[in-house]
Amino acid sequence: MNVSHEPASNLDRRAVVTQLLAGRGDSLLITGLGSTTWDAAAVGDDAANFYVWGGMGGAAMIGLGLALAQPGRRVIVITGDGEMLMGLGAMATIAVQRPKNLAVVVIDNEVYGETGMQHTHTRFGVDLAGIAAAAGFESARTVYTQSDLDTLSAAIYEAPGPLFADVKVSTERHETVLPPRDGTYLKHRFRTALLGHPEKGALAGRES
Amino acid sequence: MTTNTTNSDSSQWPEAIFEVLCNAGVTQVAYVPDAGHARLIELCIDNDAMHSVALTSEEEGVALLCGAWLGGARGVLLMQSSGVGNCINMLSVVQECRFPLLTIVTMRGEWGEFNPWQVPMGQGVSQALENAGVIVQHVDDAGDLAETVAAASELAFNAFRAVAVSVSQRILGSKEWK
Repeated sequence: MNVSHEPASNLDRRAVVTQLLAGRGDSLLITGLGSTTWDAAAVGDDAANFYVWGGMGGAAMIGLGLALAQPGRRVIVITGDGEMLMGLGAMATIAVQRPKNLAVVVIDNEVYGETGMQHTHTRFGVDLAGIAAAAGFESARTVYTQSDLDTLSAAIYEAPGPLFADVKVSTERHETVLPPRDGTYLKHRFRTALLGHPEKGALAGRES
Repeated sequence: MTTNTTNSDSSQWPEAIFEVLCNAGVTQVAYVPDAGHARLIELCIDNDAMHSVALTSEEEGVALLCGAWLGGARGVLLMQSSGVGNCINMLSVVQECRFPLLTIVTMRGEWGEFNPWQVPMGQGVSQALENAGVIVQHVDDAGDLAETVAAASELAFNAFRAVAVSVSQRILGSKEWK
């Protein structure tokens, strides 16, 4: 196996996530476990953020379920390359559903940051955007430069989905910023922000 | 193909479950194609009010339905017993967040099974689900299915619990090998 010793990109992950979320408006955010959750928390905790602290491989599918349930809202999934690699089948499933309001962004540092910086498959050349394109995403790209990132920052909110972007970033690590981690609290907070009440939709047909 | 050992009325159980799901307001149906669920899946695909989401693996469906509930929608996961094992870690998300989960599991490796490779997972279904925090309600009689799914739906969506209805292979019929 050949490992390139050149960094794929010198983009800084936290600056990338900050820029991507700057224009989020009322969009809904799902983050994957590990660094992308710390990144989103560093940008600013928000009730419309749902941080998936576990369930590795599930972030994109949680995004799909949310996007189908809320077709009028943009749903952004920001996750890591290791997390995405564990749920590659989701790319095929999302491509078949073709949700216009879903964007999946992988912050790809080509290592498992939480477990000791071991190389992920992307370090060996596995092309996540190529997989998304082959699966049938409406658009799929790899982002290497600031100019690419500027284009992506608008596209995730404006371009018809499903959109996939693999943003290559440096391996530089940042302060771990912890958002709330109790799952039931995060669920209730998110549903209250979106639906007005944490139990909205329960007791259907009996609300009168 | 399968042989159906039940009478003509209870052989309409897919239609009866479909009606229960419609009445429960289910709008996302996640599934991996399965002989036992084939008719129910067809009914869901033909219903424009439902998103029918074919999965590559069952754990995707668990995650999907978490997202659905976050967005105010109800869903159901249709799978075969062999898919239960694929779900285990994703069920930790359901348990930690107390997401409602309704799943209907068609059994293999349980009644008149021909394929020995289906037996280990089939025999482990209840224990595996219960260990992952899922309430299991088993049905041996086709006539009890719709009522059980309706009750499981209430337990899931009104009491915020993960509930699996396991459908005996006795109802589905043993697979015929020719």
